[in-house]
Amino acid sequence: MVVREKYEQELARVQQRLVDLCELAIHAFDRSVDVLLEKDAEKAWMLIEQDRFINRLEQHIQDDVLLIIAKQQPVATDLRRVMVLVKAASEMERIGDYAVSIAKETIRLGDAELVLPIEKIARMRVLAIKMLRDMLQAFITEDLMEAKVLAEMDDQIDELYGEALTELLAATHLQDGAESQLQQLSFVCKYIERAADHATNLAESLFYLVKGKHYAFD
Amino acid sequence: MVQAIVREEQQTKQEMKVLQNQPRENVYETNNLNLWYGDKHALKDINLNIQENNVTAIIGPSGCGKSTYLKTLNRMVELVPSVRTTGEINYRQRNILDKGYSVEELRTKVGMVFQKPNPFPKSIYDNIAYGPRIHGIKNKKVLDQIVEQSLRGAAIWDEVKDRLHDNAYGLSGGQQQRICIARCLAIEPDVILMDEPTSALDPISTLKVEELVQELKENYSIIIVTHNMQQAARISDKTAFFLNGEVIEFDATDKIFSNPSDKRTEDYVSGRFG
Repeated sequence: MVVREKYEQELARVQQRLVDLCELAIHAFDRSVDVLLEKDAEKAWMLIEQDRFINRLEQHIQDDVLLIIAKQQPVATDLRRVMVLVKAASEMERIGDYAVSIAKETIRLGDAELVLPIEKIARMRVLAIKMLRDMLQAFITEDLMEAKVLAEMDDQIDELYGEALTELLAATHLQDGAESQLQQLSFVCKYIERAADHATNLAESLFYLVKGKHYAFD
Repeated sequence: MVQAIVREEQQTKQEMKVLQNQPRENVYETNNLNLWYGDKHALKDINLNIQENNVTAIIGPSGCGKSTYLKTLNRMVELVPSVRTTGEINYRQRNILDKGYSVEELRTKVGMVFQKPNPFPKSIYDNIAYGPRIHGIKNKKVLDQIVEQSLRGAAIWDEVKDRLHDNAYGLSGGQQQRICIARCLAIEPDVILMDEPTSALDPISTLKVEELVQELKENYSIIIVTHNMQQAARISDKTAFFLNGEVIEFDATDKIFSNPSDKRTEDYVSGRFG
């Protein structure tokens, strides 16, 4: 059996780039919540600055895949695999964008005392990060069972998101002048909830890659 | 001209079917076909139905039996002395492997284009008029008309209309191949068999022949053996994958190249062996 060594090498290089991109994006996302909790505007600026590395990696992945399609003409599973690589890169680039958005909220919040404990945000973050990290692993090893289990974790995050919003809305009546801060915190909750959705999308892409059919986990 | 009227009737029937959204008829139905070259079992239990007005591609590694299968469809395989077959190939509901079936009759219905262009060492005109003359057409006006129609049908009329009486050997390989296709069209066949028709051609000529195949399927059923998988993907409606004399998978081309059912098909179309 011919293994198509050059093709496999080129593919492995793109896969490694995707892993790098995911790790950078997940790390930035995780850090952005730390920065928010620590109210560290300086580090928030750094995070915003570093997002361009993630964007550039996504562009490299697109360029690499374009060349693979042009030169190697993959078909069937091979073709789905390179298509899904581009899609996964774009999903993960979004995680980097959420990190930027959270960093921007941190800068807007400034030194003001937070009007209510953000324990729910911290819990959502822990779940979302675990989901993203483990999903990346499942995606790389093409482990459908694990991906499905992880995709189902999204329900827990959605539930926490609902609770967090209820708390934030209730707090608007308690504190005068806190509306803008509460709105910013609700945005942060939304970003975390959306990040987890992208992990679910990754699971769907993986199912499409392996099975050749579309699946929906939401 | 009776042939032309018959063809027109067939065409109208076909258009009606498209309008009524009826499934296409099978031009060939192969049932449990086995073929041996001496002791070598070259085709094993082939069951394939080939639809009319479709392009059917046959792919597979060298020695898988794809050319052998193509050559049984016009009984050319009989030229090999030690060949033996069982099973049946029904062309328009009649078994062509029956002793009583006339090869001459079959070959007026089933034309063939080969890997290397093989024009006769005659003028372009005589190449095309050869078949109709054998069928007894002598009237010059009728022959002129057939030659023009056939050359137009093979998308080469504009390139050769001013030198119809030049020797066909003076044309390029791609032009010669289209002359051979025109020669095939001149006998107004029902089916055109193509055995790697572009493997000896340059890329531009290849694209011309591929475009031509797309046009021809409006009026003919085309079965093409090709080593070029991208070509099969580009031009065919259905694809059969042969391996070691067996049909491993036969399905819509879109399915074969996007999500084949059999691992061996996937490996072959992905270039993992062959």
